[in-house]
Amino acid sequence: MSLLQVDGLGIEFGGLKAVDNVGFKVEPGEIVSVIGPNGAGKTTLFNMISGIYLPKAGRVTLAGQDVTGMEPHLLARLGLSRTFQNLQIFQHMSVLENVVAGFHLEESGNVLSDLFALPGSRKRARTVRAKAEVLLARVGLERAAGAEAGSLSYGALKRLEIARALALSPKILLLDEPAAGCNAVETEEIDELIAEVAKSGVAILLVEHDMKLVMRISNHIVVLDHGEKIAEGDPETVSRNPDVIAAYLGTAAAQESEHA
Amino acid sequence: MPELMQFLLSGLTVGAVYALVALGFTIIYNASDVVNFAQGEFVMLGGMITVFAYGAGAPLPLAAAVAILTTVFVGVALNKLAIEPARGAPVVSLIIITIGASILIRGVTQIVFDKQIHRFPAFTGDAPIPFFGATLLPQSLWVVGGALTVFVGLYLFFTKTLTGKAVLATANNRLAAQLVGINTGWVMTLSFGLSAAIGALAGVLVTPITLTSYDVGIGLALKGFAAAMLGGMGNPKGALVGGLLLGVIEAMTAGYLSSQYKDAAAFVVILAVLFAMPQGLFGAKSTERV
Repeated sequence: MSLLQVDGLGIEFGGLKAVDNVGFKVEPGEIVSVIGPNGAGKTTLFNMISGIYLPKAGRVTLAGQDVTGMEPHLLARLGLSRTFQNLQIFQHMSVLENVVAGFHLEESGNVLSDLFALPGSRKRARTVRAKAEVLLARVGLERAAGAEAGSLSYGALKRLEIARALALSPKILLLDEPAAGCNAVETEEIDELIAEVAKSGVAILLVEHDMKLVMRISNHIVVLDHGEKIAEGDPETVSRNPDVIAAYLGTAAAQESEHA
Repeated sequence: MPELMQFLLSGLTVGAVYALVALGFTIIYNASDVVNFAQGEFVMLGGMITVFAYGAGAPLPLAAAVAILTTVFVGVALNKLAIEPARGAPVVSLIIITIGASILIRGVTQIVFDKQIHRFPAFTGDAPIPFFGATLLPQSLWVVGGALTVFVGLYLFFTKTLTGKAVLATANNRLAAQLVGINTGWVMTLSFGLSAAIGALAGVLVTPITLTSYDVGIGLALKGFAAAMLGGMGNPKGALVGGLLLGVIEAMTAGYLSSQYKDAAAFVVILAVLFAMPQGLFGAKSTERV
């Protein structure tokens, strides 16, 4: 049984098939990338898997349980966590508080105990802060812990979002363009971080435009074009697939590469 | 001088009620960006239901408890039946829904109860307490004490408890809150319930002084709104200070200008705030990240 299984997933917006009959599997500890030209439906696919959009067709199964169209806060309980291309950060909280919020489900709060700051509540808060600090160090943001999240650079916020997602101890992490807008050094850092997280047993589903990054770290690649899956396989196979080259560079280039 | 003190005391009393209404606005606004114009009706229901439960023979504390619980039920129903189904609609539409709800609540109250003006006895007698040359009604102490208690309680709830922080997280970024596992639908229900309880409590506390009838809600909602704007929408400290300040401004206007201009004070305040400092006294400057 795969950790995440997507079958025949589809959605339409006003008659336009944004994603049509897409299916693939993700195993624990595996890095699977979804690639495709702009507008291919990658983010829409992510939004359906993570409960933001309700799919019109198909099924999403997480560890054997049907989770199609399940709300994000319930998916979080089941171990599915994600980041956004355009960032969903608590802008008015500190960097540390953002990560602390990620431990929400782990913290079992009791309103009365909290109100009177009983030792149990204080200890719980300390433990969570300590864990949050460890995560911040892991993404290289330990020195920004006290800063307001809104004041951070785009690249730093990307890493903060990953740290918060990791705070949920997910079984699978969906990353939507984690390296977008990052410079070469930052991209490399994120690259290492993703590989490290996958090594710890967390499955990664990645949407990314940086082809070098994708080819380097993915175990498996799914290629979308116009909402449909046009190819899948290991990086080597996919990069030589004529349909994929055509989708990215146009048909002429594909023919050229066939002749070459 | 005793004159000034008298105006100040009555201003603070009525201001405490505005502060409670403004706190109710603040909670729902924070959780959903919606200004709930039915907030005044919660105050009205608190007073009216207590009046009739007390009239039916219930002891006053029990009547008050019944009123607060019933109002909480109405608040939660408002969210479940009118706000939640319209989720995703623009905030302006949601605000108009709350205006509609307030008219409905007023109408139903008029049918279920009546159109008369009512009161019930003050909690601890009506004997005025002399205070620096002025006098103070014991019920005023209840009102001001109630407002301060609710404020401190809310402050602790939002800063110390996990549930309170979940509400703040939802206010900050709903999607991000869902991502970390916060049930934002439940946060909305909680916010409406809490706002309704605070509104009803205000109604229970103030009715012995200002009396109540089915239509006192509109005025209170507008004054509470002015108070919340003055303090800075969404900030509990702003709601408290804005409420008390508005009450005092009103009392001074009535005392030194003319009592006919009393109600105009709130609207002058709204206009002045919008012209001079739209974010209010304690409101955060809003900047959109691009």
